[in-house]
Amino acid sequence: MTARAGAAPGTNRGGFRAMRDRVSALAAGHRSTTIIVGWIIVATALPLLMLLPPFSTFQNQKLWIDGFANAGVFILLALGLNMVVGFAGLLDLGYAAFYAIGAYTYALAASPTLPWISLHVPFWPMLLVGAAVAAMFGILLGAPTLRLRGDYLAIVTLGFGEIVPAVFLNADKITNGTNGIGGVYKPDLLGYQFTLGNPLPYYIAMVAIIAVVMIFVYRLQDSRLGRAWMAVREDELAAASSGVNTVTTKLLAFALGASTAGLAGVFTAAKLTLVSPDQFSFAVSFTILAMVVLGGMGNVWGVAIGAFILYTIQSVVLKQLNPFFGEKGLNVPFLKDIDFVQYQFLLYGLALVLMMLLRPEGLFPSSRRKRELHTEQDENVGDELGPDPSSTPMEQT
Amino acid sequence: MRPDVVRVIRPILIVAVSLVVAWFLLGGTQQFMNFLTLGAIYALIALGYTMVYGIVELINFAHGDLFMFGAFVAMWILTVPLGMTGAVDDPIRLIVILVVVMLPTMIFMGLLGTFIERFAYRPLRHAPRLAPLITAIGVSFILQNVIYVLFGPSPVTVPQVFPLTRFDFLGGKVSYLSLFMVGVAIFLMIALQLFVSRTRLGRAMRSTAQDREAAELMGVDINQTIAITFFLAAALAGAGGTIQGLYFGSVQFNLGFYVGLKAFTAAVLGGIGNTTGAALGGFIIAFIEVLATQLGYSRWSEVAVFSVLILVLVFRPSGILGQQLGERA
Amino acid sequence: MSATVVEPGAGVVLQANKVTKAFGGLVAVKEVDLVIPPTSIVSLIGPNGAGKTTFFNVVAGILDPTSGDVTFRGHRVIARPVRAWFEPVVWVLPSVIVGVIAAIVYLATANADATAVVVLGAIGLLIVMFLAAIVRPGWYLRLLTAAGVFRSSRPNDMVKAGMGRTFQNIRLFANMTAQENVQVGMHTKMRANAADALLSTPRARAEERASVTKARDYLALVGLKGRAGELAKNLPYGDQRKLELARALASQPALLLLDEPTAGMNPRETAEMTQLIDRLRRDLGISILLIEHDMKVVMGISDRIYVLDHGELISQGSPQEVRSDPRVIEAYLGKPPT
Repeated sequence: MTARAGAAPGTNRGGFRAMRDRVSALAAGHRSTTIIVGWIIVATALPLLMLLPPFSTFQNQKLWIDGFANAGVFILLALGLNMVVGFAGLLDLGYAAFYAIGAYTYALAASPTLPWISLHVPFWPMLLVGAAVAAMFGILLGAPTLRLRGDYLAIVTLGFGEIVPAVFLNADKITNGTNGIGGVYKPDLLGYQFTLGNPLPYYIAMVAIIAVVMIFVYRLQDSRLGRAWMAVREDELAAASSGVNTVTTKLLAFALGASTAGLAGVFTAAKLTLVSPDQFSFAVSFTILAMVVLGGMGNVWGVAIGAFILYTIQSVVLKQLNPFFGEKGLNVPFLKDIDFVQYQFLLYGLALVLMMLLRPEGLFPSSRRKRELHTEQDENVGDELGPDPSSTPMEQT
Repeated sequence: MRPDVVRVIRPILIVAVSLVVAWFLLGGTQQFMNFLTLGAIYALIALGYTMVYGIVELINFAHGDLFMFGAFVAMWILTVPLGMTGAVDDPIRLIVILVVVMLPTMIFMGLLGTFIERFAYRPLRHAPRLAPLITAIGVSFILQNVIYVLFGPSPVTVPQVFPLTRFDFLGGKVSYLSLFMVGVAIFLMIALQLFVSRTRLGRAMRSTAQDREAAELMGVDINQTIAITFFLAAALAGAGGTIQGLYFGSVQFNLGFYVGLKAFTAAVLGGIGNTTGAALGGFIIAFIEVLATQLGYSRWSEVAVFSVLILVLVFRPSGILGQQLGERA
Repeated sequence: MSATVVEPGAGVVLQANKVTKAFGGLVAVKEVDLVIPPTSIVSLIGPNGAGKTTFFNVVAGILDPTSGDVTFRGHRVIARPVRAWFEPVVWVLPSVIVGVIAAIVYLATANADATAVVVLGAIGLLIVMFLAAIVRPGWYLRLLTAAGVFRSSRPNDMVKAGMGRTFQNIRLFANMTAQENVQVGMHTKMRANAADALLSTPRARAEERASVTKARDYLALVGLKGRAGELAKNLPYGDQRKLELARALASQPALLLLDEPTAGMNPRETAEMTQLIDRLRRDLGISILLIEHDMKVVMGISDRIYVLDHGELISQGSPQEVRSDPRVIEAYLGKPPT
């Protein structure tokens, strides 16, 4: 039952393959540099690309850059949830709660509009503080789920995902309830003040944060902890019997995942200068999960790309499909009457279902994931044809 | 007293006493009827969750949305083909209308549930646990947003076909509507219980839930049994949706999310996989919710229900009527 | 019964005292006494359903015993939990005390800010206690012992204490490579934590490199040299059993619990595995508790055999003693016709 990917014997794709392998090896050996260089390239190329049609016809470059900065928030969120769901196998449906905690932490620490407190803690240290606070809540909210099986864990995290925004909404003496906290201070870097009118500094800051987080995520994946996460995901009992402390391992997954969401929250608060409970609904948790699943659970770059694609589709493409199919565009009779923006969650749902049925490993799967999900089906073939000769004997005591 | 007499009398006594206590705590007949109706709705939905979980070990995320969908189907039948707009006085005509609304709704929802199982869940029966869970979430979103696209985001009114005449009972007003709703729900629950325990198909369901391989070896058609389970679960959810629309007078696309979560809490509270437990859990959750509203904490009622869920899962995951689950890993 | 009794005393690796495990009404293991001396191979045999794997699961920390206890390397590690309900009290008590102080402060001074600070302190204490309950640092464990709370060891505690195990139905990490499986086995012997990983410290990197070499050494030890990169689920059955053994060895245990290590193997593989187990005892000084059905293996390498039937110990002794014990024969074959 050995399923080996690779070139069939006899094909001579030596040249391209050899070069690709060499580049892969180089990248694997110096991963941090690859990440940094990669992001520098992407970050410089994207805004320049937006000066060309058809992108330039959708919206001007400044709006694109602003959109990229916002997409970056979701990339960060997807990277974090990927650690929890993809690495450790813990299905967290309430991830937006930690996003909210990060955002509110910064807003409470840096807004002049609250009646009961008025601080101006600078943005950059608050990034770390927000991450730390979110991490702490990751542990607190993760602790009750430790003994629960997958489905139940999902429901409980969903419950927390509802409770946290509800608390922020109802504790209006502290959080200003449904109106949210406004006037949040924008970042200030060595005297340069970020403004709402110029998205470029936000964009650059976000790219830097993402690059750093990615480096950390990869390091974790390849570490003793990363292996422990994989082991727990594969077989929790066997992991415990091999010496892995499943409690701390799972809590670390929650904590580290939550800290990333906290980072994203602080950044969002500083960029939008307003936080309110409705920014953190289940729809947001669901969107992030969709990004992780569609991008390829477990694959760091895949998840980032998936998040970017999904966000861009949601915020730009869907809006563009209306004029595209409408009167001034192609004028397709049935499609022109559909408001695609309204349909977006319907499409998400459909995409998710189709993904799970046809390509559960996502668009950019990690090779490991592909092996997991597809050889499963091969094993079932063995069942239909008779007992697999290499399968284990029936259980005795 | 003879033991079998005691065995029948004791649960009836417990139920009766609990109802009286509930009536007192809720402050009278008005809220008591709310509690009964809400409990009936939650019980019907919880039954669906528990039946599906018992047989395929899957929490059907989309189940709450089946309830919502059923409510809309019932509303549509009532308003479009039947063209109802207001109260109907003739009791016979009323009953006919109700049957014409509820029965097709239940059948349609049952078929929809089977359809979903066949095309979205069955292919993933052997996949790692995460896959069907994610699919169920996807289905949930599809159901919600189909309604959203068709009917919009705002609540849609359901015509009040029941005459509003009420009669006095112990200081409050009880409408025929509430009595009927609760009666229908209890009838359905008993019918389900009898079906599961007395019929061949019911036996097939129970044996599949216990040990799927053994049942298959005994000749049970697993696919058919699972399909029937989903049919029944969805049909019950449809019945719940009909009651919801008729009693509360309005339906909305996101109804399924919260009601579904509360009903799921009820199923877990009663003991997942246990049908009596689901019914019991439904009424307990309804009681908590109505009590919270009565005491003025309606804003926090959702938080309260979720907290119950989390506490139950952490401290007694097998629920009230379930068996003790295994030890730790 | 048996003529020679191994004297339990100093140096005994494992001692089980009247271990009992009941599931509701069903008693799976009934008052089993068992001693494992250092550098010895002890076999646990008995008909199907005798309770052998349940006994294993109690000793390995997966199940709490209903009564009785297990001493491992001189420490009482497994026993029925005592006063488990008290542990949540320990979490909450400090905060409650501080909360009461807050109330007193408020009543005495009516100073809302001061009270708020004290209340925050109470909440902080609660959080600290919760985290301690999870991480279980030394001071917390000493606090529990002082309060008379006993918590039976969990599987990973037993691994840390020096016990490894394999499973009756192979439980490998199917989608991880053989090398990675063994590296997980080395989890308790490695020091690098999350912070080391994030900062990619030289110590962490060196440890990782060393772990690769060591993992391959373990693989070579069990006869899987060169298979390091293969996915566990793609290995043939016999090799999977060997890999499970390598993973258990990687934690450098003093005692190995092997649950039917030769099940499903052909005679050649069985002989290999038997030799390997014997070598572990001879060369590495590891004690082994073996569940086996293959009598040749059992009689061949065991120093001592315990026989279980319906959860009870019906015989124990050297292989010759057990082989000729009429009770054992009866348990396996039924009463001889009279």
